[in-house]
Amino acid sequence: MATIRVLSLILSVLSTVTLLWTESGECNNGRRSGDAVDTDFSGFSVPLEHSFEVDDVPRFRLRGALQLRGGRENGVYLSQNQLSEKDRSTLKDVAAVDGLYRIRVPRVSLQADRQTERQSEGYLTTFVRAIWSCFSPECSLVESHLSDVITLHTDVSGYIIGISIVTIPGSCRGVEVEDEVDLEVFNTTISVVAPVTAPVPETAPYIERMEQEMEKKGKNPQEQKSFFAKYWYLILGGAVFLMATSSAQTPPGGAREQS
Amino acid sequence: MAWLVVRLAISVSLLYTASAVFEDQVGKFDWRQQFIGKVRFALFDTHSQASKKLLVATDKNVFASLNSRTGDLFWRHVDKIGPEGHIDALLMYGQDAVVVTGNGRLLRSWETTVGGLKWETVLDTGSFQAAALVGVQDFVKYVAVLKKSAISLHDLSSGSQIWVENLPDSDTVQYQTIYSGGNGLVFVFGVVPNSHIVIVEYKIEDGEIMRKKSVEAAWMSSLESSCTVISSGILLCVDQITQSLYTLQLQSAEQTEIRQIHLQTLDLEVASGFQPVLTSTQPNPAQPPLSEFFLQLSPDHHILLQLKDGLIAPLRDFNPSYLAAFATSGERTVAAVMSPKNDTACSINLFSADTGRRHLDTTIIYHMDPNGGKPNRLYVHAFLKKDDSVGYRVMVQTEDLTLTFLQQPGRVVWVREEALADVVTMEMVDLPFTGTQAELEGEFGKKAAIQDGLLPMVLKRLSSQFILLQAWLAHLWKLFYDARKPRSSVKNEVTIDTLSRDEFNLQKMMVMVTASGKLFGIDSKSGTILWKQYLENIQPDSVFKLIVQRTTAHFPHPPQCTLLIKNKDTGLGNLYVFNPIFGKKSQISVPALPRPVLQTLLLPVIDQDYAKVLLLIDDQYKVTAFPSTKNVLQQLQDTASSIFFYLVDSSQGKLSGFRLRKDLSTELIWEVVIPTEVQKIVAIKGKRANEHVHSQGRVMGDRSVLYKYLNPNLLAVITESTDTHQERSFVGIFLIDGVTGRIVHEAVQRKARGPVHFVHSENWMVYVYWNSKFRRNEFSVLELFEGAELYNSTVFSSLDRPHPPQVLQQSYIFPAPISTLEATLTEKGITSRHLLVGLPSGNILSLPKMFLDPRRPEVVSEQSREENLIPYAPEMPIREEWFINYNQTVSRIRGIHTAPSGLESTCLVVAYGLDIYQTRVFPSKQFDVLKDDYDYVLISSVLFGLFFATMISKRLAEVKLLNRAWR
Repeated sequence: MATIRVLSLILSVLSTVTLLWTESGECNNGRRSGDAVDTDFSGFSVPLEHSFEVDDVPRFRLRGALQLRGGRENGVYLSQNQLSEKDRSTLKDVAAVDGLYRIRVPRVSLQADRQTERQSEGYLTTFVRAIWSCFSPECSLVESHLSDVITLHTDVSGYIIGISIVTIPGSCRGVEVEDEVDLEVFNTTISVVAPVTAPVPETAPYIERMEQEMEKKGKNPQEQKSFFAKYWYLILGGAVFLMATSSAQTPPGGAREQS
Repeated sequence: MAWLVVRLAISVSLLYTASAVFEDQVGKFDWRQQFIGKVRFALFDTHSQASKKLLVATDKNVFASLNSRTGDLFWRHVDKIGPEGHIDALLMYGQDAVVVTGNGRLLRSWETTVGGLKWETVLDTGSFQAAALVGVQDFVKYVAVLKKSAISLHDLSSGSQIWVENLPDSDTVQYQTIYSGGNGLVFVFGVVPNSHIVIVEYKIEDGEIMRKKSVEAAWMSSLESSCTVISSGILLCVDQITQSLYTLQLQSAEQTEIRQIHLQTLDLEVASGFQPVLTSTQPNPAQPPLSEFFLQLSPDHHILLQLKDGLIAPLRDFNPSYLAAFATSGERTVAAVMSPKNDTACSINLFSADTGRRHLDTTIIYHMDPNGGKPNRLYVHAFLKKDDSVGYRVMVQTEDLTLTFLQQPGRVVWVREEALADVVTMEMVDLPFTGTQAELEGEFGKKAAIQDGLLPMVLKRLSSQFILLQAWLAHLWKLFYDARKPRSSVKNEVTIDTLSRDEFNLQKMMVMVTASGKLFGIDSKSGTILWKQYLENIQPDSVFKLIVQRTTAHFPHPPQCTLLIKNKDTGLGNLYVFNPIFGKKSQISVPALPRPVLQTLLLPVIDQDYAKVLLLIDDQYKVTAFPSTKNVLQQLQDTASSIFFYLVDSSQGKLSGFRLRKDLSTELIWEVVIPTEVQKIVAIKGKRANEHVHSQGRVMGDRSVLYKYLNPNLLAVITESTDTHQERSFVGIFLIDGVTGRIVHEAVQRKARGPVHFVHSENWMVYVYWNSKFRRNEFSVLELFEGAELYNSTVFSSLDRPHPPQVLQQSYIFPAPISTLEATLTEKGITSRHLLVGLPSGNILSLPKMFLDPRRPEVVSEQSREENLIPYAPEMPIREEWFINYNQTVSRIRGIHTAPSGLESTCLVVAYGLDIYQTRVFPSKQFDVLKDDYDYVLISSVLFGLFFATMISKRLAEVKLLNRAWR
């Protein structure tokens, strides 16, 4: 338990270190790269870790740092390291054996008002092994030239509850990736998704619409005509029909005479 | 006014979707069976000789009257579920039945012939202890109810309270029983455990305490099970530890010492660890009870004893005997005793209570069902025959909740299977082919046939064709024979031997699993129980999961079902494998499950015997395969990397995904944790494995196609907030991919509360919740679409769907509470879907999915009209014609099971709760079936007429042509 705490401490220290390091300008591919250089950046940072091993036993290493910003607009900014020469070769090997690539983030809250709480929770979450991992088929990652889309999902109160990673294209078409030019940096799109509010039955617009229709009908001059004015043709037709049937009821003998 | 218009608009928009059952269709393809549950009290109406009434009160809070000649219900009253409707006591006198319900909350009197309520009284609060009828001078006039701290007396004819008195020292004394012998006094017995007995005497007229005495009884812990009153007011108790009987004169003032009689002096001994039971009888509440009583010394040993002049003497020893009961007819009281005869049968004999002598020719042989449980209750109905001898009938209740009514000399009059009042889960299995069809199938199925060579093959084919011809001729003969008989007498009795699949596979075997651990095989067409099997040693709150591993399609392999029985507390499970058609236990060896089972997974992988492979995951994430032949293990190794499963731990709010490894171990690949402080997972559902989706997309008004997001691995997870305040409570809806753990959609329904019922199918999900702000039930529908083009139209892979689906959602008001929700299912998925909504009223509403479509437009446009979209209306209609079970309501509906039939238009529906109802629904009408009143004569005469007309005109044309050529 103690060792985990120490580890987490080291991790957080590490992440801040990388943050500083990446600020010097290696690769900032965050979606909100423009906002990210704000001077009054009030967010906080959590490590994004990844693991890819040929023997498929997860050993997580630091991939980059997620800078999360609380508040109404959940902003997120990812700064990540370049892949080392060794990592690149491992990645290709893993892709060759159809292994998994896993990423994980610690469980934190994005809410600004819990900023103070967060510090203690950071320790807590590492302790309760509250870490999400997600995976994608490695070969697709290599083929997509390290382009991926990472989505962080939060619950109503702003806790991160899940993370997903997809690569585009997602399938393996067996295209040979010749050199390692593209495999150096991740081309990541990152976003935070909060739950949407499900709609409720819309009674007000419906009633409004109905009322409008009623009014329209009311204004329609045709509606204001009298009964006879509207249906004179029907009444006339009915009368003619009645007369015709009454005349047809004359004895059949007479009818024959007529013909 | 606006609402009137709304309703008008709705009804106009509905004109073209009306469908209902016609009057002549009633009972044609549907049936209902009504149940009552486990009988707790049963009383025969002995008021008149010809009475057929049998009053029962059950653990399902049902009070009913049965016809003792047929076993049918005369009437039935279903009270509230749970402790509120719990029936505490049932007393009967003459035409009145007095019932105490809800832990002494209500006292009701029922008229027994028609089941009408005569009166009802609300009693004072306090937990119920006992109730008794009180008679004065040979007339029963009152009913006394004993509560924890008070006793009240009510008038039997009006229910009005005569008096109510607080019990003395009720905080220390536990008052438990009540007795009245018709002498103007009511006795209340209380006990201070391991100290003394308290007896309080009340005067009937005004409730005045006449006498109160306490008697030392250090051995006494509870009165209820070990004490009774016999003879003219003598309290009799039995104690296992001291191996003694105790007697006490109630009315003598001088006796304050309880008299002890050692059982040894009577040469008796109570079996160790058995709580002895005393049974006495009081034929008339206005008179003291008899001085004879039964003492049960061990589970299969009863003895009839008599108290005479202060001495207890044995009248007759019944060893062995399972059950014993008293019954009274007129002035004569008899005792019926059930004793084992041999392994499969018991004999019941009648003895006169006052002498213990056996009545001649009164033996009833009760054959025990080899697939049933042991008898545990005996109810006797005695009556006087014309020659003044005593005749009797008995009702036996067994452990598996079967009620059997027998009469001399052992004829079973009727049987009721009350276990069916609590169906837990069910499946519908196709029936096998007939023998001849199977023969033909077998010809191609057997591998040996290939090696046989040409000539034997030809011979085999000829012989099977000959058999078919024979069968056809027999069938024709039968048709001809039946046609001459009047219609009513032609009734095909369904037996297990004549079972065969019908032309359209409309008749199926319903395999039902009940909470008591009894399995049933029921013919879906008639509702006849074809087989039953009682599984012994099932814990009362076990969890069942029924899995069809092999269907009937693989002749000659028999179909195979597997039932996983899991103990709720320990999680330990075991498997029971059986043939769903005949109910026989399969001989296949079943893997032992030493660890709690967390998840089961039925794979599409099949072994060489065509049984699907079942994976069981234990709490150490180890996987057990069943069947686990070499072939299966090889296949599992090959496909291991594409086998994924998920686990849910709702206590921690954790969903985790695992992948199978080649060595059948597993690895964790994803985790989603929903913090339990905010919300808790209440339900999770995938899609049904046997569901087919016919079309991949929807054609829009502008002729473009909107493709559906058809992810077979999608899980719908429903959460409820821990905060139950009506403004802050919410229901969470998560759609999670079960393979990758990706959250596909996440929505929050605010100001909502459970219970949430939902259906997840195709590309949509429908859920019902309670809107706590507006206090109404609401429906919400979610539909997922990929968009105008498909990412990969040939195959779906969860690993390769990078684009999130478009989600459309709409909500509606539903003007009724809901008990259960299910969707119809058809063979190929072409027929439009309906939702089957079980309402608490017992009706089942068949609601077209068309009304639950998030694309219903606010404003009608040309395109939406083209697409046949109904304009949006916030209120969901409930139309009486949509009730598929017309007046055949299903009480306490708990589940609806749907199964496809061989006809695309038809879906089989079984609703279960307290009752079982089976019917067929046709969501798109019967488009593939000719109507019953189809005019075959007309159409064939027209056809023949046209045919001959063409023949004649052809001939005429030829002649004309020839004539013209000659000209």
